[in-house]
Amino acid sequence: MKKISLLLVLVLVLSIALTACSSSSNDVAVEEPTQEVVKFGVFEPLTGANAAGGAMEIEGIELAQELYPEVLGMPIELVVVDNKSDKVEAANAATKLVDQDKVNAVIGSWGSSLSMAAGPIVMDAGIPAVGTSCTNPLVTLGNDFYFRVTFIDSFQGVVMANYAYEVLGASKVAIVQEISNDYSVGLVKFFTDEFIKLTGDADSIVYVANYNTGDQDFTAQLTNIKSMNPDAIFAPGNYSESAMLIKQAKELDITTPFLGADTWETPEFIEIGGEAVNGTVFSTFFDSQVPLTPESEVFLDAYRAKFNKEPASVTALAYDAYILLVNAIERAGSADPAAIRDALAETTGFDGAAGVIALDANGDAVKNAVIKTIENGEFTYLTTIAPK
Amino acid sequence: MSLETFFQHLSNGLALGSLYALIAIGYTMVYGILRLINFAHGDIFMISTYIVFYGVTMFLMPWWVAFVVAILLTGIFGILVERVAYRPLRDSPRISVMISAIGASFLIENLAIVIFGGRPKAFPIPDYFNQVAHFNTISIPFANFFIPIVTLTSLVILLFIVNKTKTGMAMRAVSKDYEAARLMGINVDNIISITFGIGSMLAAIGGILWGIKYPNLIPLLGIMPGLKAFIAAVIGGIGDIKGAVIGGFLLGMSEIMIIAFLPSLTGYRDAFAFILLIAILLFKPSGLMGQNVTEKV
Repeated sequence: MKKISLLLVLVLVLSIALTACSSSSNDVAVEEPTQEVVKFGVFEPLTGANAAGGAMEIEGIELAQELYPEVLGMPIELVVVDNKSDKVEAANAATKLVDQDKVNAVIGSWGSSLSMAAGPIVMDAGIPAVGTSCTNPLVTLGNDFYFRVTFIDSFQGVVMANYAYEVLGASKVAIVQEISNDYSVGLVKFFTDEFIKLTGDADSIVYVANYNTGDQDFTAQLTNIKSMNPDAIFAPGNYSESAMLIKQAKELDITTPFLGADTWETPEFIEIGGEAVNGTVFSTFFDSQVPLTPESEVFLDAYRAKFNKEPASVTALAYDAYILLVNAIERAGSADPAAIRDALAETTGFDGAAGVIALDANGDAVKNAVIKTIENGEFTYLTTIAPK
Repeated sequence: MSLETFFQHLSNGLALGSLYALIAIGYTMVYGILRLINFAHGDIFMISTYIVFYGVTMFLMPWWVAFVVAILLTGIFGILVERVAYRPLRDSPRISVMISAIGASFLIENLAIVIFGGRPKAFPIPDYFNQVAHFNTISIPFANFFIPIVTLTSLVILLFIVNKTKTGMAMRAVSKDYEAARLMGINVDNIISITFGIGSMLAAIGGILWGIKYPNLIPLLGIMPGLKAFIAAVIGGIGDIKGAVIGGFLLGMSEIMIIAFLPSLTGYRDAFAFILLIAILLFKPSGLMGQNVTEKV
């Protein structure tokens, strides 16, 4: 008897935990069959290694919904799913959105690998998707239904290579890449090609170290890099692993500047890295101190009023993904997925919060990059770089 | 490779290895008595880091108070896990208990995601441990000195408890045959609770040191260290406390050295640990110290 009662308790606790999980991700999806609604599937990592990124983008999407709750007289409903920072779960989550929830369009995700997992699913279903901060070129390449409001890594990698060569005067660079992350590997490739072109020296990349997503100890890789004595270290990757990497580098007395990319712009990067991340330089999409368009002001005012803090770049991008979809539906005059897709493909000169968006033939935005650094534990604007 | 670089690698490996060793001791101790692989050990380890985090950030405790509170609460938590998940299955086949252990592990992980949230948190490192000592070009963070010392101290205290005290004698009796131990007047349930308490406190000490060295707290933080500690325990001969320490040092050192000498294999670092596990299970299932039966707790 005692055994059974304890088992019952366990089952109860488990079911509570499970319902808590599912309700937190599904409670937005309340059906209202009497009224016609436009459904936007929101496809983001809410748990796992990328959860902080997902949370910042959800803020932007929800803010946009508050400001623009309707399109063509129909209310817009958000269906949020958690892709759990995992490629397999991402495919399941995307399938749920297109098959079960029958969304008109998809927004997301933070993380190129996750977006790439959803790519074939939205294409087969004929549902247009707008990527937020996924920057790997392969997300939209060969996929007529995937668009994005951000620039791509081929641009971002080139920007950072130029920064290392021209501003830092580096001639030898070491690289640390997260080999299980398409975003990191892609950026490293574009950086490497550009840097070798700039220096004209195939040996200017003195060392390439690898790590896996979720690794905590980087001392061995860093010790190897220290002995090569590079002028700069390019280490794009997840913010939590990167923060630990840089912290451990400082403990090993590596004073070489670290360069990274947009993923670093999360509060956790500074919290985990502490003083060690001061002086790191990275490229990103947007800075709240330098509004780029009239829509930036609208977004910044609303964000500051609601959250009482400064928004991250990815929050602005997620906001842009939402308002771009609203704009495309208005231009199409219909919420039919195929009509949205055609309208999206023709986007040009659209004022987003994070800059003017023109989509090229692949569905990628052509826009400026911003370079930031960290000073005394605060993200600080350095400069803006326009596409060539 | 220069001699200095090599010594730097050696110091890194020693710190990582002693962390694995510390977690492995708790693993191996529970196995030694119950013949149960406590899969929830890594998650108990994770809980301790969050207790420190909330103790310092929410209840504003000084770091050493938070450490002590975390060690005690984690010990109690371990006893609770044993009560709920393992004790009701004491007379069931061993496979049921093992499945229950896996269930307990998933339950704790998912509850942690719901309660603590999925976003990473930064472990509050006391300033003292943020210092770095320099010897020529070799840099050693203070934590790297502490970790091996704490591991070895824990080992000595544990060996003392197991071999020199009455409770330890009862533990050894229970590990041989708990029916017979019960007939000799030993309260088997109490002894098992004490074992879990001590094992979980060791996990908490490991968790705190882990947090100081790798201050990135996520609810799934315990999985990889837990598995590595399990591998370390198997290398040393599961059930053998000294073996677990040796296994931990070997695993940590070889993980660092494989990157030091074969940088191109870095991506296979975790795979290497599991290959080692399979190799040991195939060729020397009793582990390196396995023949030493009398040492078993």
